[in-house]
Amino acid sequence: MNRRNLLLLAPLAVAGAAGVGFYAALERMRRGTFDPHSLPSPLIGKPMPSFVLPGQAPAQFGFSSDEVWAAGSPVLINFFASWCVPCALEHDELMQLATSGVALWGIAYKDKPEAAAGFLQEHGNPFARLAADRTGRTAIDFGVYGVPESYLIDRTGIVRWRWAGPITPAITADTLRPLLQQFA
Amino acid sequence: MIGELGHFALALGCVLAVIQAVVPLYGAQRRDVLLMRAAPALAFGQLIALAGAAGALVWASVVSDFSVANVAENSHSLKPLLYRITGTWGNHEGSILLWALILAVCGAAVGAFGGNLPTALRARVIGVLGFTSCGFLLFALLESNPFLRVWPPPVDGQGMNPLLQDPGLAFHPPILYSGYVGFAVPFAFAVAALIEGRIDAAWGRWVRPWALTAWCFLTCGIALGSWWAYYEVGWGGYWFWDPVENASLMPWLTGTALVHSAIVVEKREALKVWTVLLAIGTFAFSLSGTFMVRSGILNSVHSFANDPARGVFILGLLALVIGSSLVLFALRARHLASGGVFAPISREGALVLNNILLCSICAVVVTGTMYPLFAELVLGAKLSVGAPFFNATVLPLVIPLVAAMSIGPVLSWKRANLGAALMRLWYAALVALCVGLFAAWGWGALPALAFAGSAWLIIGALAELIERTRLLRVPFAEFLDRVAGLRRAAFGTALAHAGLGVTIAGIAGMSLASNAVVALQPGQSTHLAGYDWTLISLTDAPGPNYQSRVATISLSRDHLPIAILAPERHFFPLQNQTVSDVAIRTNGFRDLYAVLGEERDGAAVLRLHYNPLAPWIWLGALIMAGGGALSLSDRRLRLGAPAARKAPAGAAAAQ
Repeated sequence: MNRRNLLLLAPLAVAGAAGVGFYAALERMRRGTFDPHSLPSPLIGKPMPSFVLPGQAPAQFGFSSDEVWAAGSPVLINFFASWCVPCALEHDELMQLATSGVALWGIAYKDKPEAAAGFLQEHGNPFARLAADRTGRTAIDFGVYGVPESYLIDRTGIVRWRWAGPITPAITADTLRPLLQQFA
Repeated sequence: MIGELGHFALALGCVLAVIQAVVPLYGAQRRDVLLMRAAPALAFGQLIALAGAAGALVWASVVSDFSVANVAENSHSLKPLLYRITGTWGNHEGSILLWALILAVCGAAVGAFGGNLPTALRARVIGVLGFTSCGFLLFALLESNPFLRVWPPPVDGQGMNPLLQDPGLAFHPPILYSGYVGFAVPFAFAVAALIEGRIDAAWGRWVRPWALTAWCFLTCGIALGSWWAYYEVGWGGYWFWDPVENASLMPWLTGTALVHSAIVVEKREALKVWTVLLAIGTFAFSLSGTFMVRSGILNSVHSFANDPARGVFILGLLALVIGSSLVLFALRARHLASGGVFAPISREGALVLNNILLCSICAVVVTGTMYPLFAELVLGAKLSVGAPFFNATVLPLVIPLVAAMSIGPVLSWKRANLGAALMRLWYAALVALCVGLFAAWGWGALPALAFAGSAWLIIGALAELIERTRLLRVPFAEFLDRVAGLRRAAFGTALAHAGLGVTIAGIAGMSLASNAVVALQPGQSTHLAGYDWTLISLTDAPGPNYQSRVATISLSRDHLPIAILAPERHFFPLQNQTVSDVAIRTNGFRDLYAVLGEERDGAAVLRLHYNPLAPWIWLGALIMAGGGALSLSDRRLRLGAPAARKAPAGAAAAQ
């Protein structure tokens, strides 16, 4: 078989490889070991990354991972930004969570301090503690996919849950509340 | 009763498709003229049967026959008539039927307009289309039958996703599918050519109008989808590099390459093997796009219901259609003798460059779309590939593509002088440079590059026409003669290339867009992009199957009223879902765009956008499709017959 014939076989080989891959993916979907829509975090069940972040107005002081650990109750860390549209949509639910007593700590992700402060002044501030991650380094350590994104840290500093996207009343009721009870 | 008739018509269509696949191909192999001549009639029969099936489904939906499961799941007695009709193809089962119907239209079109094709070639093309068709019809009958009954019938239907109740989306699937499925015809031509082991200039001339028609539909379909995302989904973007969008972009890229390489086959009898591979590849991408949307295998915002069982069936179908054609390609392609030789700097050379760049872009898009899936399968790593990857990788390939697009059409065949060609484009280059410098001064490097590229394309397209008609260099009467004598295909090329320039300008304009999210009480106002946006009132209004909340926003500039925008929020009680109805005011050069969000303490959250040149994105796509259509109306393509009969004789004499 000469080189030209091999070259003519190449499209078949590529299509065949793609077909085998698709079939494997479908089989795993059928068995439930593969869900293309899930975004699990490799951090779940592991200690949160350590960080020390500066303050974000209106809060004077920021917070560190040690303080989250020392909070004594599960903490929901929420990455948000004033430039993020879904964050504004999520905000009502965060306010609800805050009034119902959930320890909600906010990290302003890659945001100008005055813009983030304006956002909170306009929409209300649900966060018990506030910090600014201006460079996005801490977000990278957490593996943030995009804002808004929330992480539930239990009393021992272990990451228990991660949610990429806005938190809706349904997610609170179905997932977050049971988790909060479990780790309270 | 109507449902059973539709079911029967679907089964009848499937049987006719099987006969259409077997009889003409067998006849062509045996050189039995009678069997070959049966092909068009079988294709017409299949079309009539499937039209009957589709008609029955539309009827069941229009009269709200909820004993048909598909209607009960997707329709509702309060749904407006338009969406009761268009809703039939807005769901999985109905859209597969639409797909098969369009495939049948293609087969019948080859039967009706293919009178000038050699009988054996026509029989084989229709046979291959029948083969593909029976696969889809079997899928419809066995795995996704739209005519299944439910007993007892529900009192009312479950309704349709409110996001899909929109005129833009109502006609998006038929147009997009016409593009996808239309590429089945070039595919069938390619397979037929592989069976015959022969390709000549006439083959190129026959394939090109079919490829061009499919390309026009696909261009319009993609543009319509992008427009829908812009005004209905309401995030203010127009392209998200979502896997489903990418799946429609892949056949468009290879299809664009096919439309161009078929020219080389037609004019110079070169690039035959490559063109055949492109024809197969384009249809393969069309099919796998459907597969990816239906199986839910890729993480996308707009996939149909996830069903791995359906996915396995479609994958088997794909393996059969694509696999068998590629096996045929591997076995037979070496018999396709290549023809004319050409220098690297020539029209052919430019078209080869076009093909290389378009296929590279396609490869990048395929990589970015598939990598997360295969990385998880092979490496077990969960990762996502987003817009930054695509922007960073596609851009370096688009720049040389745009640069070459204006030069290619002014090069001559076989061997060209690049310097002389560039001299003819000096004013296009000058205008592009001026536009680029002006834009760089105002907005920075990337928008400047895009605006310069856009000017280069538009003026370059004009320059080519001016060159061909010798405007201002010959007396005006002679110029008019030259305009009249110019082939419509030349106008088509210029128009399509300029259309891309318009789209690029639109994209560059959108990169300068500004937006704000504000909470306003009635009477309050905010300032954005030089306009004062004042919320006048918030009112309730009734809708046919939803409740509406309307915000009235007045826009003024320097205290002069400009426009009133009335974005709405529609609440669909049946689905318990809220959909925003975006208000857009355009003057052709910019869009003022407002979305009404949630309300809190009497204040409404408004998202306001100022999108310069946004409409140009879709206008450009429309111009591109218009260029393709103008090319199609060219006499040479319409009347392929006399020229085609001469061509093989001429080719034989040349050998």
